[in-house]
Amino acid sequence: MDIDRLAYMANQIARNFGTLPDDKAAQETARHIIAFWDPRMIGQTLESGLPLLSPVARAAMEQVAAARSSRAA
Amino acid sequence: MGYEPQADFGTPASTAGTQVTLTIDGRAVTVPAGTTVMRAAAESGGSIPKLCATDSLKQFGSCRLCLVEIEGARGTPASCTTPVAEGMVVHTQTPRLQKLRRGVMELYISDHPLDCLTCSDNNDCELQDQAAAVGLRDVRYGYSGENHLGEMPDISNPYFDFDPSKCIVCSRCVRACDEVQGTLALTIDGRGFDSKVSAGLASDDFLSSECVSCGACVQACPTATLQEKAMKEIGKPERAVVTTCAYCGVGCTFRAEMRGEQLVRMVPWKDGKANRGHSCVKGRFAWGYANHKDRITRPMIRKSLDEPWQVVSWDEAIRYTAAELKRIKDQHGARALGGITSSRCTNEEAYLVQKLVRAGFGANNVDTCARVCHSPTGYGLSQTFGTSAGTQDFDSVMDADVILVIGANPTDAHPVFGSRMKRRLREGAKLIVIDPRRTDLVRSPHIQADHHLALQPGTNVAVLTAMAHVIVTEDLANEAFVRERCDWDEYQDWARFVSDARHSPEALEPVTRVPAEEVRAAARLYATGGNGAIYYGLGVTEHSQGSSTVMAIANLAMATGNVGRSGVGVNPLRGQNNVQGSCDMGSFPHELTGYRHISNEAVRRQFEADWGVPLDPEPGLRINNMLDAALDGSFRAIYIQGEDILQSDPNTHHVAAGLKAMECVIVQDLFLNETANYAHIFLPGSTFLEKNGTFTNAERRIQPVRKVMEPANGYEDWEVTQLLANAMGLDWHYGHPAEILDEIARLTPTFAGVSWERLERDGSLQWPVNEKFPDGSPIMHVDGFVRGKGRFIVTDYVPTDEKTGPRFPLLLTTGRILSQYNVGAQTRRTPNVLWHDGDVLEIHPSDADNRGIKDGDWVKLASRTGETTLRALVTDRVAPGVVYTTFHHPSAQVNVVTTDYSDWATNCPEYKVTAVQVLPSNGPTDWQEDYASWSERSRRIRSEIEVEAAE
Repeated sequence: MDIDRLAYMANQIARNFGTLPDDKAAQETARHIIAFWDPRMIGQTLESGLPLLSPVARAAMEQVAAARSSRAA
Repeated sequence: MGYEPQADFGTPASTAGTQVTLTIDGRAVTVPAGTTVMRAAAESGGSIPKLCATDSLKQFGSCRLCLVEIEGARGTPASCTTPVAEGMVVHTQTPRLQKLRRGVMELYISDHPLDCLTCSDNNDCELQDQAAAVGLRDVRYGYSGENHLGEMPDISNPYFDFDPSKCIVCSRCVRACDEVQGTLALTIDGRGFDSKVSAGLASDDFLSSECVSCGACVQACPTATLQEKAMKEIGKPERAVVTTCAYCGVGCTFRAEMRGEQLVRMVPWKDGKANRGHSCVKGRFAWGYANHKDRITRPMIRKSLDEPWQVVSWDEAIRYTAAELKRIKDQHGARALGGITSSRCTNEEAYLVQKLVRAGFGANNVDTCARVCHSPTGYGLSQTFGTSAGTQDFDSVMDADVILVIGANPTDAHPVFGSRMKRRLREGAKLIVIDPRRTDLVRSPHIQADHHLALQPGTNVAVLTAMAHVIVTEDLANEAFVRERCDWDEYQDWARFVSDARHSPEALEPVTRVPAEEVRAAARLYATGGNGAIYYGLGVTEHSQGSSTVMAIANLAMATGNVGRSGVGVNPLRGQNNVQGSCDMGSFPHELTGYRHISNEAVRRQFEADWGVPLDPEPGLRINNMLDAALDGSFRAIYIQGEDILQSDPNTHHVAAGLKAMECVIVQDLFLNETANYAHIFLPGSTFLEKNGTFTNAERRIQPVRKVMEPANGYEDWEVTQLLANAMGLDWHYGHPAEILDEIARLTPTFAGVSWERLERDGSLQWPVNEKFPDGSPIMHVDGFVRGKGRFIVTDYVPTDEKTGPRFPLLLTTGRILSQYNVGAQTRRTPNVLWHDGDVLEIHPSDADNRGIKDGDWVKLASRTGETTLRALVTDRVAPGVVYTTFHHPSAQVNVVTTDYSDWATNCPEYKVTAVQVLPSNGPTDWQEDYASWSERSRRIRSEIEVEAAE
């Protein structure tokens, strides 16, 4: 999928949690992505989208990755 | 049932609590105070002759036929205008009354054509019935005097005729237009003998007048004066079946009046709880598409989009479809497959499609049209209140004191509810409209919005935050309600946020372009004007902050205590007939029926046990994600039931590219719609007249849809899905949608008490229907929010990234028009095109003038995404800088200009904000011409080509 679009979507979610402190915003963004994104969207964003992300969205994707690996384990 | 019309009690029911007992013709009768003598007589089995009275209208007292004698009262009062009184003794049938009534009837009949035997209303005519009831035997005046018998009928309306020679000037049509529809298009012109019913000005006929063809006048007419053309052409129906309309989320109940398998007319059902006996031009009249010549009734396949369609048997079509799906699944995995459930089909059909995708395809790639309309409602209301649906029933509007309409145009898009709302407004409720465009509701006969906040498109959150600022900083919040019902800490966070000076109406005025004082006044009115009810539509949801706006609305309602009783609440006006139902049925890729997340192991296990297959625990792709994934090859096959995503979804080029990239596109529909231009398999669908099942309307009302004729394609849509499922190895044996509904009830706590038998008995049920709410839930959150404590969520205004600039200086917003429905596949195939035969672009006179555009000119509408052409309509309905159009016609294909921007939470597309340029044009764009020829080529059918060649 178009990585720019995926990154845009992740950044947009993070931006809408912008009134929260960064750590809380990252947590909410991660929760949202886990709840609503198809695995390939998450996989591709983790694989090649991280440099395109805002700090909050990036932190969120790292939490998403951690949640996935703990579930896999 | 047979064909007998519904009982008419003459005057509306009284809702008074106290009871009154009287005697009518020796019968003791007890009725609510305020009931008329006429109604009391009818309710107790009597029948007082009447002509100007009907129970859908207020009493009028003009025909003088319903006279009665009341002991102790002078004269012979009209029973329709006389309220009952305790101990009253009434006589309705005496020699004196008979004589008076016969005298009145003689006068009517002396000026009425005596062609009863050849009249299309024969045996279905109140005048005829009443002449019999009063025992008319002759007319002493003869028929040669001055009369109206030679007057010419007005046949301009495509659906009904007006024949003034048969008119008795009872004013029922005029009153129906005033009271029921609220358009006030009709009047009685002239006086005395010259009195006549007139539509609009003297120069008007019905078609050119303001008449919206709702049918209320036809319904009210006691003679053949206003009558459906179909009654003349086909004849009197012989049976009637009560069913639910398949247009719009109001969910009107109709009697489908039949002659054999031929539908004669659709008549609104007075006991329908959504419509209360009213209808609109679509539901009442625009059903001719069901037998339109364009309808495809045989399955077709083709190997590639370049080939013509090949008609095949159902057996071959299903075998081929299943083989293709299995092949792709084997090669690319389950997640390469998906489906789209239809918001036009029944709950049972939507349920089966999502079951097929999850249990048969093995993926959660299922989505529905709500993705592109009300998905933010689902998200926003579930986050704040705990339920993905509106809080009220439609009746609730009659208890509202302040009605706040945001981004909705009910008189066009939900016309029957719009009429209810207008009735309440005429009774005195206050009105606030937040809309960039001056909708009809803002100013119409006897209605004037107290405040119209004509905001800049895309600034909903800013306006609502500014209103919240006023409510909190001016101490207008209902803190007692908040403390009792909501999370107090979250409220305080929210109140602090909105109180910040940067959220004041004054600070936000440059962004919203709404005068701060107007925002303040509107906020004060909503917070302090009594019962405040919010109604909203796609002008709220179809934005990059659609979900935020829904949450901002919920915040306002909670802060002012406007939740949990009649007359208040948060009311999303849902678009299609069953879009609420298709969402309830687990059509979203992340959740199963009843809005339970697919990752919830307990819920998933329950479905796995019932369905006998393991389910993918991770969310699937949404429609727009499916199209994106098609382009990288990870999504390859789609089963689309009853949706036309090419025309309805944004950025047509992108949709087309996504569909083209897929190996197998299966379209199940009535017609070769625009999406079918990119399909490999076409499975013919059935209409709502040809199937059983249920629809759920915007008030969560589950209503039965009943089959009145055999499917022209051979199968109801759920049967087609079942054939496909079984060909893919699932072992389904549903014999009737009732069995599917039982499965839904078994697996969905909010539907636990729903069954076909129960719906047959009760007519309709509003979910949740379960142990806690055994009779359903007309109003939700009565004793507390479903989620526990109501949750305030801070919604910060984040401007859209779709920006105007020198190349695209105007903002386009899109909407709907009364006579057309959604992509127009149904309504374009009816005479409704007389009112709207193409999409037009509304543009403000100053913007038009700057560009040298005159009313009616062809203009090019261009955005960063694409361009199309259509006709301009120069009007000050839109503000300078804003243009508006509809998306009902594929010839304009307006979505070729809309963008990929979408709601941050749900990916609901931002249809309502597109930066555009508008320029004079000579004709269609290259794209329009290319698409037209592609369409024509794509719709070739092999057998027809061969027949043509042979000829």
